[in-house]
Amino acid sequence: MAEKEHGKHGEQNIKAYGNNFTTMTPGPFAKWMRTCLIFQAIRFLVINIKMLVVVGKSH
Amino acid sequence: MARLVVLGGGVSGHTAATFAAKWLGSAHEVVVVTPNSKWNWIPSNIWVGVGQMTAAEVTFDLAPVYAKAGITYKQAKAVSLNPEGNESSDKPFVTIEFTGADNAGQTENLEYDYVINATGPKLNFGATEGLGEGTNLGEHTVSVCTADHAVHASHELEKCIEKMKAGERQKFLIGTGHGMCTCQGAAFEYIFNIEHELKKAGVRDMADMKWISNESFLGDFGVGGLHMKSMGFAVSSKIFAESLFTERDVDWIIGAHVNKVESGKVHYELLDGTMDEEEFDFSMLIPPFAGVGIKAYGKDGSDITDTIFAPNGFLKVDANYGAGAYENWKASDWPETYQNPTYENMFACGIAFAPPHPISKPMKSPNGTPIGPTPPRTGMPSGIMGKVVAQSICDRILKGADAPLHRASMADMGAACVASAGKGLFNGTAAAMTIYPVVPDFERFPGTGRDTEYTFGEIGLAGHWIKHILHHLFMYKAKLNPGWTLIPE
Repeated sequence: MAEKEHGKHGEQNIKAYGNNFTTMTPGPFAKWMRTCLIFQAIRFLVINIKMLVVVGKSH
Repeated sequence: MARLVVLGGGVSGHTAATFAAKWLGSAHEVVVVTPNSKWNWIPSNIWVGVGQMTAAEVTFDLAPVYAKAGITYKQAKAVSLNPEGNESSDKPFVTIEFTGADNAGQTENLEYDYVINATGPKLNFGATEGLGEGTNLGEHTVSVCTADHAVHASHELEKCIEKMKAGERQKFLIGTGHGMCTCQGAAFEYIFNIEHELKKAGVRDMADMKWISNESFLGDFGVGGLHMKSMGFAVSSKIFAESLFTERDVDWIIGAHVNKVESGKVHYELLDGTMDEEEFDFSMLIPPFAGVGIKAYGKDGSDITDTIFAPNGFLKVDANYGAGAYENWKASDWPETYQNPTYENMFACGIAFAPPHPISKPMKSPNGTPIGPTPPRTGMPSGIMGKVVAQSICDRILKGADAPLHRASMADMGAACVASAGKGLFNGTAAAMTIYPVVPDFERFPGTGRDTEYTFGEIGLAGHWIKHILHHLFMYKAKLNPGWTLIPE
């Protein structure tokens, strides 16, 4: 019920000509990828490498 | 034997003191003056504020750690600086007032050869009517600025959850409590952690959630926003933030200067000059920051506070304070060595240094009220500054007073930021962001001001895992456990 009221993927939360009318919201695939363990394990490596590069450039 | 006195034991001061003690060895003395008996990993206060961690998990006692490092620890606050000594001595000293239970109120003049001001900010709750008195949090809102504040916030949140379970709708208002606040990121993280907890408790449909902030656009974060690489686009953080707020059904008020807080209600002025008010049942508003109010005196006892400190109480360093209007701002305005221009043996790092100007474009309402974020100097940049200042001072002590100073400008420094939303290893998510450089350099990176190869953001479990790792890694490092120097700031 709560999920439905607050919009399963966010589109239902957009208020016509309100604050958030011009933004984008993620679809089901984008949301699924956020918790897909295989994809996130890869992203974990990629983000860590990128962060280490930024740390390296900052020292 | 030279003596280095470090004022403050937060991220920046602790980093500076521990590295200096390691590099100087027992031939020289490092003294830390901090009013707190515990070290606090402040980013994890967010999890304390939603009841997912205890205060003990984000703090530890400083005394045994400093004893292990050979650092002299004084639980006290700095009251004044005498950088030229006084009429009876040429030796510079800092006057400190003890805060521990056994000697509270006693004072001491602590001589130094070098001093680092890393006191962090004064939490200036008193700047907004009703938000608090002086540095004390008021009764109408909560805070996550300290571990104790966060514990109190979690108890208040629990009460709201109980009310919602009993069928009573609740309004949540999270953001900044003044037009000149920084640390929007902490409030941003807190609102999404609350949202996550409400979902977990099955009461999200009973909550109306709203963000209130002094940012002129959502996603400014005090750094003028950023463009991040995503799906082949350089996407503005405005889109990123608005998307997240919409997805989680959180409404927002931006460009707001909260000028009064009452029980269950805030009054605010917007950038267009209109005045309005917003009701709440639970509110966490970040206070504005100021310098801790250290005075400075010349040899003859004259007040030279204005020579050393900027009007906001932060210590002047090698920044360009005369840049003037926004159109004239350059990346080179930002300090590199954090050395005071008047006294060569005085440095400042972390929040305690006076920035040359904001990073975000300054704005005023038609009534003349300045409304805009002040620049963040916390976390990773704060630690890097502390280390660089320690390197400079150690070189001058060990190699001679002419040794070149080390440099680390926020305009040539990146930052990694992970804003969690939940704590579970498989159901929490986080917005992981890196930004390079923190201060945009529009000459090096025309258009966005930043290197979009290294400025990115994404939401997912991966960022969440990194947040967990960072918590344990930095607590481990701060305790000076084996290998601590290998962990970057």
